[in-house]
Amino acid sequence: MSDLRAAVAAGALGSEEGYRALLQSIVEVARAIFGARASSVFLHDEAADELVFEAVAGEGAEELVGRRFPSSTGVAGWVLVTRQPLVIEELQEDPRFAREAAESTGFVPKGLMAVPLLHEERALGVLEVLDRPQQAAFSLQEMELLGLFANEAAIALDLLQRAREARAVLEDEGGEGAALARLAAKISELEPERREAVDRLLEAVEALVEPPGFDDSL
Amino acid sequence: MANEPHDELDDDRGLPAWSLPADAAGRIAIGVEWPERVTREWAFGDSTGKGVRVCILDSGVEADHLAVGGLEGAIAVVKDEDGELEFVQDTEGDLCGHGTACAGIVHSLAPEASLFSVRVLGAGFKGSGSVLLGGLRWAVDQGFDVINMSLSTTKRHFAEVLHELADSAYFRRTVLVASAHNMPVESYPWRFSSVISVGSHEEPDPMTFFYNPSPPVEFFARGMNVEVAWLGGSTIRSSGNSFATPHVAGICALVMAKHPELTPFQLKSVLYLTANNVGGGAE
Repeated sequence: MSDLRAAVAAGALGSEEGYRALLQSIVEVARAIFGARASSVFLHDEAADELVFEAVAGEGAEELVGRRFPSSTGVAGWVLVTRQPLVIEELQEDPRFAREAAESTGFVPKGLMAVPLLHEERALGVLEVLDRPQQAAFSLQEMELLGLFANEAAIALDLLQRAREARAVLEDEGGEGAALARLAAKISELEPERREAVDRLLEAVEALVEPPGFDDSL
Repeated sequence: MANEPHDELDDDRGLPAWSLPADAAGRIAIGVEWPERVTREWAFGDSTGKGVRVCILDSGVEADHLAVGGLEGAIAVVKDEDGELEFVQDTEGDLCGHGTACAGIVHSLAPEASLFSVRVLGAGFKGSGSVLLGGLRWAVDQGFDVINMSLSTTKRHFAEVLHELADSAYFRRTVLVASAHNMPVESYPWRFSSVISVGSHEEPDPMTFFYNPSPPVEFFARGMNVEVAWLGGSTIRSSGNSFATPHVAGICALVMAKHPELTPFQLKSVLYLTANNVGGGAE
């Protein structure tokens, strides 16, 4: 049982960073492939019912991660609620849009492509690609390509959420679970010889904390 | 023209007509004089959509936008403190721009159709499924002729209720025009056969539409690089199946204005017969 728990904990703690890196890589690649000025992934925070910048490539990358805005207004909100992709080009200087866009992108784009991140039955967030200075209007093929990216981003976002939930559960257990998880994560990174030694030590500790057993052959 | 459920067959005892007595065939005469060949001229030539009521179930509509040409009415579906749905007069207009875009497309094709906005956006994402369902139920109850819904849900437990609503609309002669998904996910209501589902083609002509012989997407209409109305009286160029949908909704309004007696089944047949890859392109 403790082995299983430690394994889960090690996975939960070690994986969050990895999934964040995967999301970052997805927005970097999306930005490069579409020749865009920026690309971002928004996560829907269910508790607060808000959209949160989870990964940003290009313009605004430094300051936007972690920023929040309402989950059901504006272009990203529409895409999340309706689960439909949306492409906007040649945006004009509308102050209402400009304010909303600046809040949700860090700058006022001339165009954007937004697609929902759907995993099984859930809508987890939104992927956006903003401004493609060198390109003509988006084509159907490009929208389908963005859809493929969205699948990848949705899987990464799902894994990230699971890792966070697992960690939250561990931390709720008075910190004891988190301490064990940290230990398990460190052990999993050890050289094989040292890990074997630690394993033997852990078996001894386990025997020590095991309550006196009953002979269940009776 | 508010639709009423058909009751011509209800007999004198007030029983619903689930069968056809031997002497009753004359009572179900079809009110449409079908030509030998259904052409676009017959289907919607000279039609402006006059008298047809189109509901835009979306992010709200900017009523005073020049491209929209005014609204018959606008409501918002909101949740009260107890989470119950309320249907209130919408004074906020459009919270995204998308509903205005859809209304503008319908108006550009059917300039005399009456537009009504039902806003299902803005009450938060949590619970947006029930807001969407509530909005659709309200719209079906109102008996609109056409409901344009450029939206979908992936939640399976909503699918059953949506299915019932879509069928109920179909039997009440309300045509539901719904955006298909161009991503590999299961979503609703566009997959139901009682709605008209629409995906995009890349042609620039707003009246070009195709029948798809490989459903579930049944029709393709203009959805790429479309000039649409947006917030603050502006226009933008935009793409997505959600813009193809109001093109078909507008064409439905044209047909229904000219042939108000058509059922959704007959209307879908007219769309099929006048599609560019069937017969409509030859004229």
